[in-house]
Amino acid sequence: MDLYEYQAKELFARHGVPVPRGRVASTPQEARMAAEELKTATVIKAQVKTGGRGKAGGVRPAPGPASAEAEALRVLGMDIKGHTARTVLVEQATVPFEEYYAAYLVDRANRTFLAMVSSEGGMDIEEVAATRPEALARMPVDPAVGVDRETARLLAGRAGLPEEVQGAVADVLVALWRVLVEEDALLVEVNPLACTSGGRVLALDGKVTLDDNAAFRHDHEAFADPPAADGTAGLEARAKARGLNYVKLDGSVGVIGNGAGLVMSTLDVVAYAGSGAGGARPANFLDIGGGASAQVMADALEIVLSDQDVRAVLVNVFGGITACDAVANGIVSALAMLGEQGVRHPIVVRLDGNNAEAGRAILDAARHPLVRVVTTMDDAAELAARLAAA
Amino acid sequence: MAVFLTKDSKVLVQGMTGSEGARHTARMLAAGTDIVAGVTPGKGGQAVDFGERRLPVFGTMAEAVAATGADVSVVFVPPRFTRGAVEEAIDAGVGLCVVITEGVPVHDTIRFVARAQAAGTTRVIGPNCPGLISPGQSSAGIIPADITSAGRIGLVSKSGTLTYQLMYELRDIGFSTAVGIGGDPVIGTTHIDALEAFQADPETEAIVMIGEIGGDAEERAAAYIEEHVTKPVVAYVAGFTAPEGKTMGHAGAIVSGSAGTAQAKKEALEKVGVRVGKTPSETARLMRDILAGRVRSGGRP
Repeated sequence: MDLYEYQAKELFARHGVPVPRGRVASTPQEARMAAEELKTATVIKAQVKTGGRGKAGGVRPAPGPASAEAEALRVLGMDIKGHTARTVLVEQATVPFEEYYAAYLVDRANRTFLAMVSSEGGMDIEEVAATRPEALARMPVDPAVGVDRETARLLAGRAGLPEEVQGAVADVLVALWRVLVEEDALLVEVNPLACTSGGRVLALDGKVTLDDNAAFRHDHEAFADPPAADGTAGLEARAKARGLNYVKLDGSVGVIGNGAGLVMSTLDVVAYAGSGAGGARPANFLDIGGGASAQVMADALEIVLSDQDVRAVLVNVFGGITACDAVANGIVSALAMLGEQGVRHPIVVRLDGNNAEAGRAILDAARHPLVRVVTTMDDAAELAARLAAA
Repeated sequence: MAVFLTKDSKVLVQGMTGSEGARHTARMLAAGTDIVAGVTPGKGGQAVDFGERRLPVFGTMAEAVAATGADVSVVFVPPRFTRGAVEEAIDAGVGLCVVITEGVPVHDTIRFVARAQAAGTTRVIGPNCPGLISPGQSSAGIIPADITSAGRIGLVSKSGTLTYQLMYELRDIGFSTAVGIGGDPVIGTTHIDALEAFQADPETEAIVMIGEIGGDAEERAAAYIEEHVTKPVVAYVAGFTAPEGKTMGHAGAIVSGSAGTAQAKKEALEKVGVRVGKTPSETARLMRDILAGRVRSGGRP
């Protein structure tokens, strides 16, 4: 789960990473009140989980409460690369004297954590890596040892930070490591890490990605987005509540399958078939996992069929541990549970693997008017794409 | 020969007394696996019946290994206990630890993978993987044993069901070993590790490699193939239609910015001469063509 800047800064503050004082606001009035409380010049920052908000006009100076209200009115509701700013962070304005960069992330290739520190903050770090590699220090972190003050100081030195700030930056790096480890984060990034003319070092921006797999040992529920009013997030939330792994996409062929890889592959095969048949594309990713009981299948079909964009559904199951006859029985029961009202679009079913013939025979015998049984994945995708485009 | 797992492997099941552990222990036994015991903390001294077989349960890995001489463990314990279970397996010195559990925190995986590397005696496969099977010999994990046969293809994959799909489509030719390495961002055994083992295995004639979006393991595997693999390799990559920034089922299956796309992986593989199938079925066809000598794919000439 990616956090908003204000949430990341909450975690920073909890672990001793200095941040500017700030309040989150979801209305212009709240922004005015926040500025009144802060009693300083402020900056109004759109809270969106994407980069480039400064360029998009999502970060605006507000010298006093009246301008905080006016700027919040401009920023709230703003669309930044498809993300709507539903809240703003009203923050004490800070003038950086210098800007640095600091991050820890999971290095998949080396199967460990990587520390990155740069004297060039406030810009795209990939660009720094490409144009001024000497200004970017990278160091793998031994997970059993972590980042102590000595290591942190070494990093600050290698990144070419001025001698006089290395101590303060090292303190921040040690505190940031605590954020990473104690919150089970996969990424913590501070860009820019500001040094003020008074020599104070603080995180002006913050990006944190938490590991959803570690949710059981944290109290991170408060960070989750409330369900959005529009139907899309509603579908994803409904699927999640039923233990289904669902991602909404923009096409018209609903896809249900077992196993993440097979479902991803099914989306590709549908898009590939669609490119030759009316441009149909997959409407969603839905992995029902192992097993395929009638209830799971009914839940899956119900979610996919309540997507207004869906014109046809492709059910693609490989019978491994759960044999295809059991899957077919699950589909037949699911269709009965949903009834005529619930099933208004054609459903193409492809079963392969254990007892595939028995499974197909069960579906044939059920003679559901909207169900079409196809033997191969490629042909099934082709038919579903054609039906959706018709 | 097969790789990593053979008929001589003596297997322990960590979490055998749980419902998943018991169910899959029965299936592994049916597949011919020589399972010698289970391990569940606090349940040492008990025994579990699987038809004719009565398997003892030990409270610790150290006791189990000392009593049975086991060299493989399969882990079915819940995510919050997985790190402890794997570290116990490493400390007990088993040569192979297969972690089936899905939902293990990445910090925990990084810790136990680092411990395995430091110890230098245990290969970890997974987590969040279906395990591996050497058909006709042994199965450690949850890969269905009855969808394929023993043969001369080696397979390595991030995905379980795509593994099954390819195993099934090529069941007449058969497999030396199929290894599901798992779809998490950090895993103990990589495509490269499996490619290296298949290259060295005299019974493996050709290799199927299945990848998916996220990270750059496939790109690194392509570089490895160019340098070190002389056997033919065909590949399949899933996730061309995956949108940026969305996790597609597997925790590691995510395109971040321009990194980790299926297109980049396909291009990297094709650049070193590996044929990449558009669909799983086409991938199977390519393998048939290669084994029949009709086309070349990958591998240093």
